Amino acid sequence: MKTYLIATTALLGSTFGAYAEGQLNLFNWGNYTSPEMIAKFTEETGIEVTITDYDSNTTALTKVEAGGSGFDLVVPSANYIPVYVRKGLIAELDHSRIPNIGNIAAEWKDVPWDPGRAHSVPWQWGSVGIAVNTSVYSGDVNTSELFLNPPEELVGKINVVPEMTDVLNMAIFNVGGEACTEDLTVLKQVRDKMMAAKPKWLSMDYGTTDKLSSGDYAASVNWNGSTMRARINNPDVVYGYPVEGYPLFMDSVALLSDAQNVDEAYQFINFILEPENAAMISSFARYANGVAGSEEFMPEDMKTAPEIVTPAEFASAGKFLPTCPQSATDLYTAIWTELLK
Amino acid sequence: MAKPRVFDVTTLPGFTFIAILAFVLLYAPIFTLVIYSFNGGNSVNQWGGFSLQWYVVAWNNEAVQDATARSLIIAVWASVISTTVATMAALGTTRRGKFKGQTTIYIIINQPLMVPEIVTAVALLIFFSSVKVATGYTGLGYLILAHSAFCIPFAYLPIKARLEGMDMTMETAAADLYATPWQTFRYVTLPLLLPGVIAGAMLAFIISLDNVIITEFVKSAGQDTLPTYMLGQLRRALTPEVNAISTALLALTVLILTVFFIVTKKRD
Amino acid sequence: MSNAAGKRSKGATGWLLSTPALVLLVLAASGPLLIVAVYSVLEKGDYSGVRWILSGDGWFQVLFQRDIFDQTVSFADANLSIFWRSIKLSIATTLITFAFGLPTAWFIATRPPKARAIWLFLITIPFWTNLLIRTFAIMEVIRNQGILNTALMNMGLISEPIQILYTDTAVLIGMAYVYLPLMVLPLYAAIDRFDFRLIEAGYDLYASRWQVLRSVILPIVKPGIIAGSILVFIPSLGAYVTPRVLGGGKNMMIGNFIELQFGQGQNWPLGAALSTLLLLIVLVSLIVYTRVSSRDDPHG
Repeated sequence: MKTYLIATTALLGSTFGAYAEGQLNLFNWGNYTSPEMIAKFTEETGIEVTITDYDSNTTALTKVEAGGSGFDLVVPSANYIPVYVRKGLIAELDHSRIPNIGNIAAEWKDVPWDPGRAHSVPWQWGSVGIAVNTSVYSGDVNTSELFLNPPEELVGKINVVPEMTDVLNMAIFNVGGEACTEDLTVLKQVRDKMMAAKPKWLSMDYGTTDKLSSGDYAASVNWNGSTMRARINNPDVVYGYPVEGYPLFMDSVALLSDAQNVDEAYQFINFILEPENAAMISSFARYANGVAGSEEFMPEDMKTAPEIVTPAEFASAGKFLPTCPQSATDLYTAIWTELLK
Repeated sequence: MAKPRVFDVTTLPGFTFIAILAFVLLYAPIFTLVIYSFNGGNSVNQWGGFSLQWYVVAWNNEAVQDATARSLIIAVWASVISTTVATMAALGTTRRGKFKGQTTIYIIINQPLMVPEIVTAVALLIFFSSVKVATGYTGLGYLILAHSAFCIPFAYLPIKARLEGMDMTMETAAADLYATPWQTFRYVTLPLLLPGVIAGAMLAFIISLDNVIITEFVKSAGQDTLPTYMLGQLRRALTPEVNAISTALLALTVLILTVFFIVTKKRD
Repeated sequence: MSNAAGKRSKGATGWLLSTPALVLLVLAASGPLLIVAVYSVLEKGDYSGVRWILSGDGWFQVLFQRDIFDQTVSFADANLSIFWRSIKLSIATTLITFAFGLPTAWFIATRPPKARAIWLFLITIPFWTNLLIRTFAIMEVIRNQGILNTALMNMGLISEPIQILYTDTAVLIGMAYVYLPLMVLPLYAAIDRFDFRLIEAGYDLYASRWQVLRSVILPIVKPGIIAGSILVFIPSLGAYVTPRVLGGGKNMMIGNFIELQFGQGQNWPLGAALSTLLLLIVLVSLIVYTRVSSRDDPHG
């Protein structure tokens, strides 16, 4: 009995002793952070990093807005950064604490959704398209009709990731609309087309990399990097660039206003702006990064991969999504939640 | 369903077949999961020879180590707290005859058994978010609090059952011998009650260890427990590592259950 | 049975001893439920949370929706289909677990006492096994490259894998698998107390097996059937993990729908209203159960 009590007390006591070294809590997309990069970071700085993942921008925003979650860094997509700023959820970055800030590639130094990079630094960027397992469907993969009006072979076999901005905008482009449109006729078409297509989808879920690799999904709306990883595991997978128009995205790292480990956060931000480390991030998730000089460290297969190097005929169809006015976003959210049910 | 004509009062046609089928169907998926944890290959359904590699991977995986430690810590705290509190409640509500408000106590104590977990999870999310923002504390306290609460009925029921089956004569004898109520409790009641208390503690431990939903909603940054870690993995990377972790967890559960059964059978 | 030890009033000590448990539970279980009910009548915040303004929107949106484009009010078909799916699947789960559970409970109850303990142990283990492990185990069996499909293909019965995963059927299989022990245990308890001589009497009176089952056995084990059904139906209704993992995000049940409101749905009041509704359904079922079982079983 006595030994039991002593052992229990010791175990209970250990609960409170574990916070000695530097800590950093990163809130990032799932399957998006290179474990090697993190290990290198911990080795160089002694800071322990815990990663909590999220599946969508809205989930992340909801959790951060609810407050008290204890995260230090979050990695939202471009068009969400202004929302975070407006709500005071992310802090202005003190560039004097980021010596490597000059490493950001020229085209990403000053972006409309974060002028002068006051609030974020680049993590990775890429495109959204359709990943298809060619052994199930061998037709034209470069069209968003694949998920909005699935061909025979893909009915009941195609997955659509539940990421509102990406999917909704592809649908808008598909019916010929413009990004951030508030044209009700266009949006009604979008809504109706998606609702009609939904019964033909297999599921609306994440984890596409593995499910495409294993054959659980025959096709999916997917991001280019994730598709490349699936193709490496399963050579039948190809990436389609919808000619009607497809979104380009960039995810950036931002510091939360109520972050508890601010020093550690700045060290991390500075760390990922080193070309070598940025290349490590890219080689894991297979997306391009926004750091100049990282090209020489990038893995060979990414320099020629069809998912990374956009074929010329589709290059112009790629559109970077601007941040839409709240009224537009409200409309989109309403359509999206209706679709999700 | 076939109906063989055997005339035994205790058998009903087809029942034995279905029963055996049920056991087979119940255990087959678990067996497969366990077997594939020893898969030498990389996939979850293509056998590549026998190997312990996935156990090694899981063992070395820092996220797994972290989650396991946290699960165990929470489970120990929750089981100690809930068992202590449940023992007191059991003593207070058993063998006293009906008293006013007893039903209310029963309802509150057993409520976690009936309220859907998602509802409790949502309720705690709302409640704790406000507390977290107000106090700035984001430690393990919330999880321990939540776990202790829903473990209470699981500790309470075996203790209560044991108490009800206990013979009062020993305690009456102690009182006759001028023992104070505290002495009676410490030297007579508690030792007799101990198997029930241990059973309750073990059940509470398992229940806490297994919890998914409430933990998923209440946890803060970097507070994964083993089940929430697995939930994350289930939706993404499916390697036999998840099988290895599951098998280990299963082994632990079986071990605890075996001890539980032995302890509770002993009294008979 | 009276308190042998003291002169204190029974009630006061009873309450005193129970207080710590009650405090803990009210703080971290029952109390927050009231908060949920309150949130259901407030106005929703931007992305999360609520504004402290009274609003009937939460409850309104449980059953109705306003069309985005022309503002017409109509029944929220999608919501209704989710409710219907949840009820349908829960009832189906209860029936399937009963079909498998009754013979299993009967089997265990009719084993010799020593073997019986082992069989009970065997049926209990899956019950205490982590829900995720069990759901994962089933997922491995029914997915496209899983055991079921591979076996069927190897036997030549099908040429392409049957898509079971991410359908309603997958969720049903998963739930039946997870909740089977919950049906078996109460049935076993009821059959355990059953007097087998009654069956003999039935046969002596030339009743057929079917008649014996229907008129002798079932009525007497009815309390067990009701208990088992409640123990399966209620958790099925509120299931979350199983539909999430096996349903692919498309086949939502009430539990998933509730969670959606706290994530992408960004509608906490609606989520709160749905939670309160679920809770009420559960309470009503429990009250019905208590009435029915105390009416039928005079021994309590």
